[in-house]
Amino acid sequence: MNSLPLLTVMMVVPVLGAVVVAALPAGSARLARPVALGASLVTLALAVAGWVAFDTGSDAMFQLTETHSWIPQFGVSYALGVDGIALALIVMATILTPVCLLAAWNDVDEAETGRLKRYFALMLVLEAFMVGVFAATDVFLFYVFFEAMLIPVYFLIGLYGGGRRQYAAMKFLLFSLAGGLVMLVSVIAVYFVGPGGDQGFLVEKLIGNLDGSEAALRWMFVGFFVAFAVKAPMWPVHTWLPDAATESRPATAVLLVGVLDKVGTYGMIRFCLQLFPEASQWATPVVITLAVVSVIYGALLAIGQKDMMRLIAFTSISHFGFIVLGIFAMTSVGGAGSTLYMVNHGFSTAGLFLLAGFLVTRHGSKMIPDYGGWQRVTPVLAGTFLVAGLSSLALPGLSSFVSEFLVLQGTYQRYRVAAVVAALGIVLAALYILLMYQRVMTGPKPAFPEDQAPPRDLSLRERWVVAPIIASFVVLGFYPKPVLDIINPAVDKTLQIIGVSDPQPAEASGSAQ
Amino acid sequence: MPAAMPAAFQAVTIDYLAVLPMFVVVGGALVGVLVEAFAPRERRHAVQVWLTCGTLLAALVVLAVWSRDHQSVTLGGSVAIDGVALFLQGTLLLLAVIGVLVMAERFGGVGSDAFTPMGASTPGSSQEDAATRAGYATSEVFPLTLFAVFGMLIFVSANDLITLFVGLEVLSLPLYVMTGLARRRRLLSQEAALKYFLLGAFSSAFFLFGAALLFGYAGSSDLAQISQAISTGAGDLDGLLLPGVVLTLVGLLFKVGAVPFHQWTPDAYQGAPTPVTGFMAACTKLAAFGAILRLTYVGVGANRWDWQLGVAVIAILTMVVGAVLSVTQTDVKRLLAYSSVAHAGFILVGVLAFSQAAIGGVMFYLLAYGATTIAAFAIVAMVRQDGSEASHLSQWAGLGRRHPVVAGVFAFLLLAFAGIPLTSGFTAKFAAFAPAVESGTTGVVMVVVGVLASAVTAFVYVKLIVLMYFTDPVEGVVALQPSVPSTIAISLGVIITVVAGVAPATILQLAGNASQFLL
Repeated sequence: MNSLPLLTVMMVVPVLGAVVVAALPAGSARLARPVALGASLVTLALAVAGWVAFDTGSDAMFQLTETHSWIPQFGVSYALGVDGIALALIVMATILTPVCLLAAWNDVDEAETGRLKRYFALMLVLEAFMVGVFAATDVFLFYVFFEAMLIPVYFLIGLYGGGRRQYAAMKFLLFSLAGGLVMLVSVIAVYFVGPGGDQGFLVEKLIGNLDGSEAALRWMFVGFFVAFAVKAPMWPVHTWLPDAATESRPATAVLLVGVLDKVGTYGMIRFCLQLFPEASQWATPVVITLAVVSVIYGALLAIGQKDMMRLIAFTSISHFGFIVLGIFAMTSVGGAGSTLYMVNHGFSTAGLFLLAGFLVTRHGSKMIPDYGGWQRVTPVLAGTFLVAGLSSLALPGLSSFVSEFLVLQGTYQRYRVAAVVAALGIVLAALYILLMYQRVMTGPKPAFPEDQAPPRDLSLRERWVVAPIIASFVVLGFYPKPVLDIINPAVDKTLQIIGVSDPQPAEASGSAQ
Repeated sequence: MPAAMPAAFQAVTIDYLAVLPMFVVVGGALVGVLVEAFAPRERRHAVQVWLTCGTLLAALVVLAVWSRDHQSVTLGGSVAIDGVALFLQGTLLLLAVIGVLVMAERFGGVGSDAFTPMGASTPGSSQEDAATRAGYATSEVFPLTLFAVFGMLIFVSANDLITLFVGLEVLSLPLYVMTGLARRRRLLSQEAALKYFLLGAFSSAFFLFGAALLFGYAGSSDLAQISQAISTGAGDLDGLLLPGVVLTLVGLLFKVGAVPFHQWTPDAYQGAPTPVTGFMAACTKLAAFGAILRLTYVGVGANRWDWQLGVAVIAILTMVVGAVLSVTQTDVKRLLAYSSVAHAGFILVGVLAFSQAAIGGVMFYLLAYGATTIAAFAIVAMVRQDGSEASHLSQWAGLGRRHPVVAGVFAFLLLAFAGIPLTSGFTAKFAAFAPAVESGTTGVVMVVVGVLASAVTAFVYVKLIVLMYFTDPVEGVVALQPSVPSTIAISLGVIITVVAGVAPATILQLAGNASQFLL
């Protein structure tokens, strides 16, 4: 195995970048942006190296592992490692970070050097925590990253957001903290029902070794699940997301919705399913119901929104419903679909949020009724926005279609009603995306004041932001195999841990007759 | 084990090296009194600060070098210098040094900035003005602090109820005086001192009555013998046991500020000179929890099934009331006072786990919380408007823009109070809660209440951070430039908060190794 602690380096690089950015003298604060971008690109390169080094044929649960004793008195280790699911998410996060940094280039006035430096430093710190939270293979370490991550996001929203930023930041923090603290009880309890000892928090040692009463394990499952449901977010604990996403800068919103919220769904696989297989099956009917409600509820509310950012936030609630559905369907197709969905959703949300953000910087309004006919003013922006929207509504050929199809197929194998109802979500998705596009982009050319230059189309920087996102739609839409190759072993492993096998098609059709 | 009632007089053997730190501290205090009498007024402050810190550090060195190898029950069985006592005494001395450095802050004046030039003068009188003009300073606070520390050192090592009571009084009396010595808002300070004294006297009486009942039950005030009497059922008057336990515990729970015995906390914390508040919050709490640990684990643990549930209810009430009431506070010092009430509840959760891990966890918590608290109050003392402390929350608005470093440090300490990972607060909470979860259903219930209360207190701290960073500054509010001593104190507090959060293994190991009582 590789001797370089790749995952640690992937956290150290952004942190170092953040330190450098924060320490820049006021005179050269302009350098904050290139330095931050450089650090994130190095991290991306490291992530790619990790992808290359990852052996899809390996039997080991985790690869690129490193384990050091941290607090042996508590049984805590500094243990990192990735399986296919974690690796896919880390790569997604490291691609999105430079994209977001580039998109956020002009978010803060250059004259305010302190604010500028802090903004980019916070984003880099956040990147380090994002890598850490997906790479942690120790329950305690995961919890540490899970909670510590809130602080940079809190400041990103609270210091740089829109008008109601304080309210949104506080709401975000309180929801997440409350969920996280409930999880803490379960985290502590896991150690005591596990094998214990110096390394008692290692996921690998805990899986299959939890020796508690059925009721105790179910309660622990609930503790974890609540935290992840808040994070994901699922109905009815989703209310913080629209506020946080609307009030934060588009780049922050992308990292928040596109990456951070994935911690919730990732956690469901890693901790709920793998640690508590029995309790997960026990809870499945409730979870599936909540997921379907999220799909429909998020989509319906998205249709009713006038604020673009809020609309995109509600579409995410709907999409997270799909992801959870696929996870708890407990079929290999559904699991693979969900993981792929997590990656695709990261990119399609990024496209929508960032392009909407570009639009807002041009016109100064987030409200859909303030627009109309913009495809005649900014054709490239409109076109890319449409592509991002089509990806979000799962047009065949674009990436989300693959994952949504897999999720529904996987769900149908076990829960037909849920799959059929959730499929309505796709219809609604077409509605909210196309209605938004129609209202914002089509129609007569809008009139602009004579004394003002008309808005310009996407600049070169903005095109560089959009290009990788669009590329990901197409590549993952036509050829998702490389990602699925990495994901599938991990999903199969999960199912093996739960102890379920895919329902046999013949049997299923037989019983239907 | 010495006989309970020696027939003829026997010389008590004393392991002097074991108790030497206490002698060093009380010796330093006595020298301090002489300094007050003989040193010229203008040099007193400097001499006292050096003397006090020197004494505390010397005691710490003695403790680390000699006492550590002389663990024993000594002084006729009245003092037990065991791992727990040593760890707590060492922590106390360390925290006391930090506390004294904060008290020494002069902000360019003649004497300590926080203390009135002449405690006996009527507030607002011409006598007070004259004292100020003459350059008087209450440098008595330093010997008083040493006496209080002496009492605390006894308190955490007292192995019988009488010694425990002596420790209680020795630590309390100087604190009552120090509470009333604030330079500004003197009436509030004197009111606080009186309130603290009256309620403290009540609680002492409760404790004494309980001790008398326990003596009646067991025929001895020695904790080990009480424990023996309980486990062998040798006591004749069974009816005395439970009331005795309850009353002694009431006396001690008063000192930690557990609900419903917490009423003095916000008033005393608000009225006392801010550095004294920090010292009280850290050291008194530590000493009192040390005493509670010893009383419940060594003394009356054997019949804990009779009273444990009651204390669990108190712990839950303490967490809930402390957390909920902290939400409504508008004064920083009162806010931190209610938060200290909530923290007392968290620590009680750990105490009630009754395991060796719990002892280590509680001791770690006390160290971590103490260091964070003293540093936080030191910062509260720095923020001023028109010369007096800007303790109202509205005055803290926008501090982050004017004084990014001060606000940043304070925000970090608040995050530690809130228990965010990578700060000492999180490790400490984990250390106290984990044994409780292990101990059974009651423990789990308490921990669930504890984490919910943490979420509430987190809201309070974050609200303060919001105020400092996300709102516009108030005119005229400044953070004074701290002098070298209080800079050192704040740095130490922050360093401990970071280290205990990021790399706590060493301290936890130390606490874990020390978590064994000598019987």
